[in-house]
Amino acid sequence: MNVEQQQNGSKEMVRAEKVVKRFGNLTVLNGVDLTVNRGHVVVVIGPSGSGKTTLLRCINHLEKIDGGRIYIEGELVGYREKNGKLVEDREANIARIRSQVGFVFQRFNLFSHMTALENVIEAPIHVLHQPREEVTERALALLAKVGLEEKADVYPHKLSGGQQQRIAIARALAMNPKLMLFDEATSALDPELVGEVLKVMKQLALEGMTMVVVTHEMGFARDVASHVVFMDKAVIVEEGTPEQIFDTPQHERTRNFLGMIS
Amino acid sequence: MFQWSTVWYYLFNDPNHYFLLAAWTTLWISVVAQSTGVILGLFLALMRMSRFPYLSMPARAYVWFFRGSPLLVQVLLLWDGLPRIIQNPDFLLPSWACVLVAFSLNEGAYMSEIVRAGITSVDVGQLEAAKSLGMRYSLAMRRVVLPQAARVIIPPLGNEFNNMLKTTSIASVIGLLELTGTAEVYGSQNFVIFELLIVATVWYLLLTTGWGYIQSRLENRLDPNRTLKTDLVQKGWAARMLGFGSPRAGDAGTLAGRR
Repeated sequence: MNVEQQQNGSKEMVRAEKVVKRFGNLTVLNGVDLTVNRGHVVVVIGPSGSGKTTLLRCINHLEKIDGGRIYIEGELVGYREKNGKLVEDREANIARIRSQVGFVFQRFNLFSHMTALENVIEAPIHVLHQPREEVTERALALLAKVGLEEKADVYPHKLSGGQQQRIAIARALAMNPKLMLFDEATSALDPELVGEVLKVMKQLALEGMTMVVVTHEMGFARDVASHVVFMDKAVIVEEGTPEQIFDTPQHERTRNFLGMIS
Repeated sequence: MFQWSTVWYYLFNDPNHYFLLAAWTTLWISVVAQSTGVILGLFLALMRMSRFPYLSMPARAYVWFFRGSPLLVQVLLLWDGLPRIIQNPDFLLPSWACVLVAFSLNEGAYMSEIVRAGITSVDVGQLEAAKSLGMRYSLAMRRVVLPQAARVIIPPLGNEFNNMLKTTSIASVIGLLELTGTAEVYGSQNFVIFELLIVATVWYLLLTTGWGYIQSRLENRLDPNRTLKTDLVQKGWAARMLGFGSPRAGDAGTLAGRR
């Protein structure tokens, strides 16, 4: 690590520079710049199809990018330089970076052939090669933290959406991530179950976790965000503190969007 | 005159245990060929699903060839053809080796399609979740995708093995003394061929029925699984073997009802 990276590392967790992503002819991200500082909660809002989920998936390289660069703690994600050109990184390297970044999916994606506890201990044991007893102890503590220690031996299909999502969060936390990415974590939930998941997310934010949250929950954004980003049509239209975005939006498109959802 | 006493004799009183030995041959050839076929099919399926054409094209060609030509022809090609193709008439595979190679290669082609269907039936989100936790593709396959694909793979795999038990009769053509071959050889010596074919049939039914039981035990042990795109309706083994009965209530098969 050189000096510049160390200085960046002290403050910047994620830096995205001019990120471009296309699906065929459709440009989903058109030169997006984003900085996430350590300990901050950045909430990304915007209409469907604005590119916010894709941006999140690019950060841990679940999507390849067609232009620009993404860094996590100064380290280039998914690519390396070879003869002055960017080529896709080795699988082992991509996996190592992903193991430090938690990702929470809209559809939970719990491993359906494993119990809640097995879901949580799977990656620490098989990816980080940590001893099973130690991991299990930590996993039970995490399940308790999300309020589900009594569900440790239950299979996902026996759990409600809200319970599944809280276990998915515990599963991500078991890797001791330095960054958590939330992709519309409450959008697939029945309305009465949204609160229990948001509560866990808020708790995490209070503990100082660095988070990027894509959501339609404006209350959560206003409450928890250190920084709000509004995206529309593949670009970041406006960003700022929650007060700036919600109370004094500068752009027509932001005002329209906020007007539609409130 | 059809002699039921001969049937009885070879079933229960034969001091030489010709049919017991033949059944053993049938069984071990089937088990080895099926196992090899499953492993081969797994690799062929992964190759076929690769985004690299130099992996997927050979797999396609392989499946095309082995599914597109008769197994009997493949066996004979190995048995009679191989010594001529390599222009060495002394090179003769023993008939069991010939059968094993041909059956395994052939089964690999069919299994690859079954494995592929199993893998595609697993929700892509499962692989993404595994990746997001830092798993590499091979680990994610082993720990997350394949265990779930197994639920879709096992029922047709069972059918394949049932078929395999009976298809081994083809081996009689090149003189292997499995069940059918034994019936033909000893039957034509004593002019009791139909009697011995009945004996062989009883043994085949015994083997396939035993397998049907094992298969249903196997399927019931797999956990109900909700991320499959395919809904499975399972029947008990008796229902599947004999074609009656309804899906068992409360069984793993009633996914659709609980969803």
